[in-house]
Amino acid sequence: MSDLVSDNLNMKFTTPSGLVVHALKDVSFNLKKGELLSVLGPSGCGKTTLLNIVAGFLNPTSGTVKLGGTEIRGPGVDRGMVFQQGALFEWLTVAQNVDFGLRMKGADPIETAKKVDEWLEIVGLAGFGDTPTYQLSGGMQQRIALARCLINDPDLILMDEPLGALDALTREKMQSLVLKIWKETGKTIMIITHSVEEALMLGERLFVMAPRPGRLHKEYQLPFAEMGLTQDPRDIKKTQHFGEIREEILSMIWDMEEEIMGGGTL
Amino acid sequence: MMDFLFEQRNTIVAFLIIGLIIALTLSIIKGRQIMATERTDLVFGNPAKALGGWYWIITGMSFVLLIWFYFSWDAARAYNPTAANELCQVAKVESAIKPMRSLFPIDKQNLRGTDLIARDSAQLERINNNLQTFALQRAEEVEASAILASLKSALVDQANPAYIKSNLIPEFAGIAQRINSLNASFSNPTFPGPPTNDQKAAAEAQPGWGDTGKEIPVLPATPLGYRYAAIAAEIRIITKDFSKLRNTNPHLLAQVADIDRRIKAAKAQTKANLDLSKSEQDARSKLYSQLNKMLKRIDDGAVYPPNSLSDVHLALLAFDKTHIEQQGSLKTFDTWMMPGGRIMAGNSACSEQGSGRWLPKPSDTLGTLVRISDPDIGFKDVPLLWYRWQPVGGMLAFLLPDWIANLVPGEYPRHNQYGEINSNFKSKVQDFVTGNYESFSIPIPMGHMWDSIIRVVIGLFFGIILGVPLGLFMGLSRFAKGFFDPMVELYRPVPPLAWAPLILTIFGIQDDGKIFLLFMVAFAIMVISARTGATGTQLSKIHAAHSLGASNRQILRRVILPNSLPEILTGIRISIGVCWGTLVAAEMLAGTTGIGFVENVARKQSDYEVIWVTIIILGVLGLMFDLIMRSVITRTIPWRGKG
Repeated sequence: MSDLVSDNLNMKFTTPSGLVVHALKDVSFNLKKGELLSVLGPSGCGKTTLLNIVAGFLNPTSGTVKLGGTEIRGPGVDRGMVFQQGALFEWLTVAQNVDFGLRMKGADPIETAKKVDEWLEIVGLAGFGDTPTYQLSGGMQQRIALARCLINDPDLILMDEPLGALDALTREKMQSLVLKIWKETGKTIMIITHSVEEALMLGERLFVMAPRPGRLHKEYQLPFAEMGLTQDPRDIKKTQHFGEIREEILSMIWDMEEEIMGGGTL
Repeated sequence: MMDFLFEQRNTIVAFLIIGLIIALTLSIIKGRQIMATERTDLVFGNPAKALGGWYWIITGMSFVLLIWFYFSWDAARAYNPTAANELCQVAKVESAIKPMRSLFPIDKQNLRGTDLIARDSAQLERINNNLQTFALQRAEEVEASAILASLKSALVDQANPAYIKSNLIPEFAGIAQRINSLNASFSNPTFPGPPTNDQKAAAEAQPGWGDTGKEIPVLPATPLGYRYAAIAAEIRIITKDFSKLRNTNPHLLAQVADIDRRIKAAKAQTKANLDLSKSEQDARSKLYSQLNKMLKRIDDGAVYPPNSLSDVHLALLAFDKTHIEQQGSLKTFDTWMMPGGRIMAGNSACSEQGSGRWLPKPSDTLGTLVRISDPDIGFKDVPLLWYRWQPVGGMLAFLLPDWIANLVPGEYPRHNQYGEINSNFKSKVQDFVTGNYESFSIPIPMGHMWDSIIRVVIGLFFGIILGVPLGLFMGLSRFAKGFFDPMVELYRPVPPLAWAPLILTIFGIQDDGKIFLLFMVAFAIMVISARTGATGTQLSKIHAAHSLGASNRQILRRVILPNSLPEILTGIRISIGVCWGTLVAAEMLAGTTGIGFVENVARKQSDYEVIWVTIIILGVLGLMFDLIMRSVITRTIPWRGKG
């Protein structure tokens, strides 16, 4: 029942010079509970605007987004967020970061401590509870961000280029972790990414967005996320199917970029 | 213990200087060795080359201390404690002979008589050339010209051997003779014979070099000293006798009398002439007063015939030579170990002039610090840092406003017909809030240092608790930024000391004014740093806190405040530095306690040692504040620059 339903979403920004930018135009989709969605597109296509509206940080110009039948108005605990740089509170320890949400709610400290241990175990950081976050590597920080978001038990998890700042190896490991969590918790997840491969690997469904105005350009239903739960991601990436779709999307985005840049001749 | 160390300070300094020289040498050798091993690094501008280097720190510190010991003459005193006393006797001779020397081309180019003739002739010439500007009648002008000619001849005739007083030449010969015979005793090491017991006792009784303030023991205490002191006494008498000899010969006296009469006659004539206007009268009286002035210059017989003083001149040159020779190694010591100045003899005391005066000796400075640290001495009846017993009731009363008692229902008690006053609840409350009851006492710090510190701390405290919230508010709200920015930015760029006269006038010279001034300084800095901190909060962190369910208050308290902490703490560190500087200057302007006050009083008394003590105290306290803030910063915000 806790589907994410977007209905004719429009977002217009007015720049200080009076120019109106149509960031989103008539975006409608329906994301069922437990689905894994990745959103891909060239820069300026409105991916982040869409995410911010779903998170409740922005008020759409027209149209509605509903989560579980309730219209989204403002940020809430039912939608957890993971950011590119982790956005951890570096003045707190790992455990204090992870239980931030529960502490703000005033939850029972003993229960909270137990939950923190559980989640640190899941993201593979058991025993790091008292470590200051600034001492951890980028990959570890991103795991804490995941745990911090999941401990609140949100209905929907929103990820804004969560793995963008990581090196290639860490990135693959983190992709597996996201898939594992998706499988084990059955959460609805919406991931925004720049990387085509990542979008293919982490998208049961995949939206390709187009810019000016920002809109949904094409939708895919993909098997790779399901496959990734059991197989080595590197093998999946070698399959012909994966390669074909990757090429198709790449040339699609390439064309869009050309259009923006004015088709520059090399 | 302290007294013993102070008495032995010359010995301690002597060893310390040797230790410093060894440290300086060894650390330079060590540094050069390390430099030799780094020859392989060919990169210029490699910052790693500036890391470490404790040996160069030792080099620098020993260098500074040695320079201080040297130029303050502490080194000189450590190795030759009697040098100043002996040089004082030498200075006595120099000051005694100075009036006589100044007549001769010894320290300057010309004989005094030559200079006088040149100067006065030129002046007479000038008056003569300007005669027509006085608009005189023909006869008057002729007479004025004649008077000028007579003045000129009265001047130059003094140089004529024909007119000299008959006894003057033998008198000069006698002076030369006396100098020469004194010169002979000068070279005699046993002159003037052993000192009397009284002299010895007096010399021993006087305080040593720098024992009390900056003066130098004035009575001779060494054989060389006795000799120079005796010579000084003799030469002073000779100088006095010499200065009485004037070339006031009969010829000059007659000339002077004649000129005086003629000027008076001319004056009288002018006065009698009723045709002259007021301005014409004034012009004439101006001319005659000029002529009178010239007459006064010439009539004292300060010019002698050339070569009449040759004997005295030669005697003085010979005396000079002996004077320098007899100083021997003392002269060398004076030149090399007491740089930047010399010892001068006054009427009753000798003093160091030059760097030895304004740069106090490190050992004396330390001694002064120890002395005024003694709470029984202090400075201006206030200790530097001590404590006193203060009743708790009084302190509580200071914090509680008196009107609390007024709020209690009922009336204050009145006396009854027997003249008794029965206290009631309301009067008891009043006693409590005014501290009018017996209470136990606790020790409270006090003194100049404490007063300075507490002023900074209080000013800073209010600056922080009011400035930080306003700064955060301004960092988050366009209204607050726009509304408060002009107020802060209008007063902040004004140097705090420019506010001081106004603030001190409004609030008075007691603590309130200074604390308010410091509050103003700290407030502006804290507002700006808290604002910078709040503005610098990453939006994604606030987004994250929102989606984790934090309320607006929680976001402010748990995210924006800790995120601004690095800027806030840096702001506090800057505030402390600026407040410290402002406070000292404000204390100099007004007040009765505080380190700045001490320094200002010491300045008025030219007490360089206390000035240096306050400089050192201010430096150490400032450094201490900064070290505390640095350690607070590393402890509370270890994540800074790593987030």
